[in-house]
Amino acid sequence: MSEITAEQVAHLANLARIDLSSEEIARLTTELGQIVDSVAKVAEVATPDVPATSHPMPLTNVFRADTVVPSLTVEQALSGAPDRDGDKFRVPAILDEE
Amino acid sequence: MTNVIKLSAADLSGLLVERSISSVEVTQAHLDQIAAVDTGVHAFLHVAGEAALAAAARVDARRAAGEVLGPLAGVPIAIKDVLATIDMPSTAGSKILEGWIPPYDATVVRRVRDAGLILLGKTNMDEFAMGSSTEFSAYGPTHNPWDYDRIPGGSGGGSAAAVSSFEAPLALGSDTGGSIRQPAAVTGSVGVKPTYGGVSRYGSIALASSLDQVGPVTRTVLDAALLHDVIGGHDPLDSTSLTDTWPSMAAAARAGLADGALTGVRVGVIKELSGDGFQAGVAQRFTETLTLLSAAGAEIVEISAPSFEYAIAAYYLILPAEASSNLARFDSVRFGIRVNPEDGPLTSERVMAATRDAGFGPEVKRRIILGTYALSAGYYDAYYGSAQKVRTLIQRDFDAAFSKVDVLVSPSAPTTAFKFGEKMADPMAMYLNDVTTIPANLAGVPGMSLPMGLAPEDGLPVGLQIMAPAKMDARLYSFGAAVEALLEASWGHTLLSRAPELARREMFAGTATSTAFTSTEGAV
Repeated sequence: MSEITAEQVAHLANLARIDLSSEEIARLTTELGQIVDSVAKVAEVATPDVPATSHPMPLTNVFRADTVVPSLTVEQALSGAPDRDGDKFRVPAILDEE
Repeated sequence: MTNVIKLSAADLSGLLVERSISSVEVTQAHLDQIAAVDTGVHAFLHVAGEAALAAAARVDARRAAGEVLGPLAGVPIAIKDVLATIDMPSTAGSKILEGWIPPYDATVVRRVRDAGLILLGKTNMDEFAMGSSTEFSAYGPTHNPWDYDRIPGGSGGGSAAAVSSFEAPLALGSDTGGSIRQPAAVTGSVGVKPTYGGVSRYGSIALASSLDQVGPVTRTVLDAALLHDVIGGHDPLDSTSLTDTWPSMAAAARAGLADGALTGVRVGVIKELSGDGFQAGVAQRFTETLTLLSAAGAEIVEISAPSFEYAIAAYYLILPAEASSNLARFDSVRFGIRVNPEDGPLTSERVMAATRDAGFGPEVKRRIILGTYALSAGYYDAYYGSAQKVRTLIQRDFDAAFSKVDVLVSPSAPTTAFKFGEKMADPMAMYLNDVTTIPANLAGVPGMSLPMGLAPEDGLPVGLQIMAPAKMDARLYSFGAAVEALLEASWGHTLLSRAPELARREMFAGTATSTAFTSTEGAV
């Protein structure tokens, strides 16, 4: 059995920036334990001699020509923003008061 | 004239090219069908009726002026909501993107527009493509046209239901672990996951970048091939896009209809994807299909792929890890909703956390937390690192298999369409549904699902999955078209002709008119 605790899930939620309720944390603690137990079997065959694959079709050094091409206008880039100030994204304070 | 909406895209193409029907008529017929049945099916999140009719009129005018257009010009298509569209909301089935209209088109969307196809609207899906049933869509589930109490598969249940309920002849889907093939299987339609890198993902809202692939959703193998020819090929905007030159998939599909196309084809049956764990009627139709193939001259070879047993475990580490990273972009700053916390100071960090709590559904939260765990210091090697090694082992199993056979086959899904709610309480039960489709995504090889009959116990569609070596998509189409013709000859009809007639909503003044349709514009 994995040893996933509610404290651990709360910490993960904080890292992932999701404000979970205590009910959600309790449910996820149980579910995560079950899922982790079942996926942990990958370790059975992942021996040191097997190389890791990160991509099914490995490509390296994909470059495009160094030429200017049309890109989004400021207006387009800001079109989906929840808040703006002129030509900029407007965000809440980025530093905590403490 | 036969019912326009029942025609394949290939047949519609013929009529449009010879101008015995107009694109406006074809488009209107499909909009009428959407207006009549989508209240029940709920395949669409957005319908763009007026824009579609205007685009159809433009295609008609160009053809009338003597311009020679591509084969699918004037044929309607539905677009999975995971794909960015400059003129329609693109939500990926999530509340966090509710109402978002992207400032650009996905490359595949641009290509279907340039080829003159008519965009009908956006189709429903599990939130950010996480799910096998559409039950995780923030906008309510899509219903299976064969039985409204059952799931249409997922995540692309909306696209599969749209083509199988004759609301569109063609649709686009995306397949990360089976999201094109499993919905095709349970709705009696055809779906193809191309070779990884064969179709651009630029503008496809990313789930797991090393697995995602965009592909066609249709009712026939030839239609899928025709659509593949439009969307495939290198795209400099996608750094994972392959630079290969591809043969015509439509020509490959037509070659499959030649006499003797199955003679001598070596067909591998994967031992680990048959037998126990499959619904009786699924196993029965699979065995019968193998018998038909054998009688048609194919050579059936049993293949062992021992590492496939670990595919689901590897997938549910790799996918959440990549998804947790990809979905970090939903930060309440550049697009999507912003929600302030109920109390306390309004800092960016707290606003982001409150927004993601309100904007993400339960499955998305589950996978982000799981992925964050799998990538944590101290666990990375044991989980994510090991999963990447399993990926190597699965690729080796495919390499060994394809040294002995030309194609691999299995049932596309372990069961027929299950009922709503059946697997919602148990995440692992939902995940196991992808056992047949996940290996192809982990290895990057192409896969197709096509109908191989109805399960005797419930009368619901069963899908045959075909896989080919990487970059051999054309072989899928040749073999798939041959199998489709063989099966239909044995039945004496297409599978979808056995689907129940859908209840039609009352139209204004007793006729299906554009006026009746317009009343539901954008609100279907």
